Amino acid sequence: MILVFAEQNNGNFKKATFEAIHYASKIAQSAGTQVCAVVLGEAANLSLLGNYGAQKVIHITDARLNNLEAKAYSKAISNIATQENAQYIIFSNNNTSKAVAPRVAARLKAGLVVGATSLPNAEGVVKKSVFAGKAFAFVKMNSAVKVISLTPNSFGIEATEATAEVISQSIDFAANDFAVKVENVNKVTGIVPLGEAELVVSGGRGLKGPENWGILENLATELGATLACSRPVADSHWRPHHEHVGQTGGTIRPNLYIAVGISGAIQHLAGVNSSKTIVVINKDAEAPFFKAADYGVLGDAFEIVPRLTEAFKKYKASHA
Amino acid sequence: MKILVCITKAPDTTTKVAFSDNDTKLNEAGIQWIINPYDEWYSLVRALELKEAGVASAVHMITVGKADAEPVIRKALALGGDEAVRIDADSNDSFFVATQIANYAKTNGYDLVLTGKESIDYHNASTGAMVAELLDLPYITHATKLDISGGVATVNREIEGGEETNSCALPLVVSCQKGMAEARIPNMRGIMAARTKPLNVVAASADEALTSIISYEMPIQKQGVKMIDENNMDELVKLLHEEAKVI
Ligand SMILES: Cc1cc2nc3c(=O)[nH]c(=O)nc-3n(C[C@H](O)[C@H](O)[C@H](O)COP(=O)(O)OP(=O)(O)OC[C@H]3O[C@@H](n4cnc5c(N)ncnc54)[C@H](O)[C@@H]3O)c2cc1C
Ligand SMILES: Nc1ncnc2c1ncn2[C@@H]1O[C@H](COP(=O)(O)O)[C@@H](O)[C@H]1O
Repeated sequence: MILVFAEQNNGNFKKATFEAIHYASKIAQSAGTQVCAVVLGEAANLSLLGNYGAQKVIHITDARLNNLEAKAYSKAISNIATQENAQYIIFSNNNTSKAVAPRVAARLKAGLVVGATSLPNAEGVVKKSVFAGKAFAFVKMNSAVKVISLTPNSFGIEATEATAEVISQSIDFAANDFAVKVENVNKVTGIVPLGEAELVVSGGRGLKGPENWGILENLATELGATLACSRPVADSHWRPHHEHVGQTGGTIRPNLYIAVGISGAIQHLAGVNSSKTIVVINKDAEAPFFKAADYGVLGDAFEIVPRLTEAFKKYKASHA
Repeated sequence: MKILVCITKAPDTTTKVAFSDNDTKLNEAGIQWIINPYDEWYSLVRALELKEAGVASAVHMITVGKADAEPVIRKALALGGDEAVRIDADSNDSFFVATQIANYAKTNGYDLVLTGKESIDYHNASTGAMVAELLDLPYITHATKLDISGGVATVNREIEGGEETNSCALPLVVSCQKGMAEARIPNMRGIMAARTKPLNVVAASADEALTSIISYEMPIQKQGVKMIDENNMDELVKLLHEEAKVI
């Protein structure tokens, strides 16, 4: 069996989760086996996970699992992995899986690769990005059970009409499996989290001040993109810290990264240079970012960004 | 309350990476090793602050590495902390590293184990979680704030799509990131003091690595930037649609 952790939030699944299920289904196909998705916490309509390639869904309905508790999640997933005789356990690489996947791996003495960007070959070797995107490594998992955490947007999604069989199950938790108490949750809703965004519009110190972010917000809204920023922008509190990308911020891999007024320092590139396509808008022809870009526009961002927004608007109208 | 801070070395971000032996080994010749930034700026400094505030009684450091990790752990000692241990082994396998740390922590008894959110070379972001599992302890990742009072930790953490405030009784393992503390620079007194602080070298316990790196590959070079006239954004949109196929 290929097990996949299908992370949910109030019964909603993210695209990256569907991608992980689809990835699991490709491994299952080459291994001649099936995909079982594990859902933790209260959720509905789980048979639809079949659309992405799961034949079976095991649902642990326990309401205590509605919030992330690394210890309890790991126990649940490990127990199911053993019960289902899983060869592979697949996660989508994000903050949740970083708390859970390594615990599952340690529990099962399974080799773990975090941030895989390819399917495993027959020897259990996968590719991952290392040294902040400066190179790739091919890593072999030497154990019988293997755990992979997949980089979002690295594989793609295919959907069918197929549905999955849903089985409810319970896990024998101990009291100390829920040692972490959640005192307060503050979730930003409505926008795609940066780590999974396919389109990102990012601003740097070249925008001069927080009051000038309106032009980027308009562009992002027009595109349906998520906003990001360089470190000095977050450090000066022009933008919230969760938008900061780079070596000390988030690492992202969108299809399109539009960098506005960002010089392209190596520590910034570390977080974004795996983006599929990079557009750089900068008034300095010598800005290092142009060397890492696919498309460049030389000039004043305050004039160019509104023009680009208009151009997208026109494009959308003609492709509606 | 005793704190164990996990410190690893990492190549300075401006280092050019290169490989040798048919792309199977990292070429370490030109590499400048630094303390992994998350370990230095966030977990270590926060541990020191907790000691200065009288909350922690001792701050110990551990690194799993060969002799080339020694300058890095000395620098960490120069920032503060009481003593350090180096487990003499080199491995990129998180399970191996976590086993070494967990064994040491078990025999020496710590109330709090801190790690960085990830290492900036292999980005495993796994060691802390594995240490927690091996010690059967709760684990909080991506912490941006950590306070301790009456044996209970209050932690702000970044979760998928937002933030959470957690509380948890010690002992506990926490991975730290930006927000936790402000970076410090070692001063002369710290550097002098570090010379006489204990740095014990201990042999690794035999434990298997569950993963191994087979080879490396450099990314395909960008073909070179295509410049678009600033007055022709329709052209850019067209290229993004037809050539790059991203919209
Ligand atoms: C250890 C370490 C870790 C770091 N981590 C990170 C990190 O995670 N993320 C990060 O981003 N940085 C990080 N940095 C900082 C990094 O080195 C750079 O200082 C930072 O990325 C610069 O931000 P910037 O490009 O916004 O600003 P600047 O370097 O000031 O660049 C501003 C750019 O805007 C352009 N510009 C100005 N006006 C206009 C205009 N009107 N129209 C168009 N363009 C204009 C300028 O030509 C310039 O290229 C780190 C540094 C260190 C030492
Ligand atoms: N070799 C090591 N020795 C000590 N601590 C380590 C080692 N490797 C990783 N860590 C700790 O675990 C954190 C996450 O690293 P990683 O799981 O390798 O991404 C680092 O920030 C360190 O705090």
